[in-house]
Amino acid sequence: MNPALRTFLILAALVVAGALIFPSSYYYRVGTLVWINTLAVTGIVVLLGYVGLVSLGHAGFFAIGAYATAILPSYGVPSVLAAILGAAGAGLLAAIVGRPILRLSGYYLAIATLGLGMLIWMVLSKEAWLTGGPDGMTVMGANARDLFKLVGLNLRSAESWYWVTGTFAVLGAVLAVNLGNSPWGRALRAIHDSDVAASSLGIDVAKAKSMAFTISAVYAAVAGALLALANGYITPEVGGFMHSVEMVTMAVLGGAASVFGALVGALILTALPQVLTVFADYEHMILGAVMVLTMILMRRGLVPALVDLAKRRRK
Amino acid sequence: MSRLDIEDLGISFGGIKAVDGVTFSAGAGEVTSIIGPNGAGKTTLFNLVSGVYTADTGRVGIDGTDVTGKPPHLLARAGMARTFQNLQVFPQMTALDNVMTGCHMIERSNLLADLLGLPSSRRETAKSREAAREALRRAGLEKLAERPASELSYGQLKRLEIARALVTGCDILLLDEPAAGCNAVETREVDDLIHGIAQEGKAVVLIEHDMRLVMRISSHIVVLDQGRKIAEGRPDQIRNNPDVIAAYLGAHGAAEAEAANA
Repeated sequence: MNPALRTFLILAALVVAGALIFPSSYYYRVGTLVWINTLAVTGIVVLLGYVGLVSLGHAGFFAIGAYATAILPSYGVPSVLAAILGAAGAGLLAAIVGRPILRLSGYYLAIATLGLGMLIWMVLSKEAWLTGGPDGMTVMGANARDLFKLVGLNLRSAESWYWVTGTFAVLGAVLAVNLGNSPWGRALRAIHDSDVAASSLGIDVAKAKSMAFTISAVYAAVAGALLALANGYITPEVGGFMHSVEMVTMAVLGGAASVFGALVGALILTALPQVLTVFADYEHMILGAVMVLTMILMRRGLVPALVDLAKRRRK
Repeated sequence: MSRLDIEDLGISFGGIKAVDGVTFSAGAGEVTSIIGPNGAGKTTLFNLVSGVYTADTGRVGIDGTDVTGKPPHLLARAGMARTFQNLQVFPQMTALDNVMTGCHMIERSNLLADLLGLPSSRRETAKSREAAREALRRAGLEKLAERPASELSYGQLKRLEIARALVTGCDILLLDEPAAGCNAVETREVDDLIHGIAQEGKAVVLIEHDMRLVMRISSHIVVLDQGRKIAEGRPDQIRNNPDVIAAYLGAHGAAEAEAANA
């Protein structure tokens, strides 16, 4: 079966399955978070899993999407357009920042994105007149309920956001899988394994890396816009360093090489804090432990490790 | 006319001249071999020619156009492809995907079409798959197409790199020890493969330690020692050149070789 179609069917089935078993709005809200994180982490998969580049500032792009969606409507811009502008802005910033950095090989992207993420977070925290400062701000505007009313469906707000974010996660995954099996996707994966060989085959390594970085920034920004709209409230923490680390941890835990890894990582690290309320107090510690244990026990992540196990059982 | 012209090419690392004023040409339809003892600067020369290193001195010309200092991906677009002594395959991909990556330059696809999985993008992938299968067949690897590259033997990976370089549609092919790690039968296959590539009119530049292979298929041999070119000529000229024998075998070894001949 075509890999993109397979991805679509599996993820769409999961979205529907969630809706069938969820007993209350609370579950829909957690499910919404899972799909938003899946979308953002799929962007990390493109960058880290396909090309092998680490960004430690992706929360910055997430925040650009979220705050654009929160701020622009108060200047008369419709919410959907605001979200699109946020995503475009994040992509543009990534393209501008990425191009000079990605000419160099090595850790430069991780360090530069770390700085960029901190800058964005500081602006969001300090410029209270625009962003509400550390207290955050209310997001006015579109409610997904209205969308469903158009077709005569009367859903609760939490349910309607669940469907919208689930749709975005499925689309995001399908696009990423399409890319992975395409000419440019092969170029990206070639760079992952050997950029010397990739360039000897005519691949413009700096350009390809910059493209992947831009794509992943847009994924993060769209996820940020969805969070702003679904939550109705955002704080600068969405752009904080810990959020960047959280996204990378989700990708690494699930397995950065595939979109299913993104889903599994996002699911575990989003649902776990809801199940174990003590998690909140030890969040940083647990993220660190997950990262270390994954690196020691299954370096390629949970999904590839389970696939290997299943293959060995069959033999 | 020669396809590839190397003129006075040189580079130093920490004061040591790794390649020192090397000049040679490689013609279309010919196999030009670079030989010399370990550390003579053969692979460094390849890295200079293919743009991995930037030369301190000298010029590189392709079909009469100066391409000195161009980055590797632009040299590739000018028609140069290469393989690597210390294998640079993509171990996470299948053998087929490895070779398909070589189709990058001939694939007409844009990022948006790739993301959306548009028919145009899929058509390019289908075309690349066909070209890659054909190249694998030529390299004798068609049965291993779906295997991850990490499962292939050293000799098979060497041929995988040749297949990957071939699908780029190059006019100039630099091969760095293609027969290393091959048994006698495989060496014979590599021999035929290289011969066939040259027959198509490509300029093949070969680094190889297997002297029987070199003498059999070279039209032209360049001998390096300590970064410098010490001899150049047809195989029969090189075989009997006293400088070459001295560099390769040492004076003592040369005497032994002569004694063995006597």
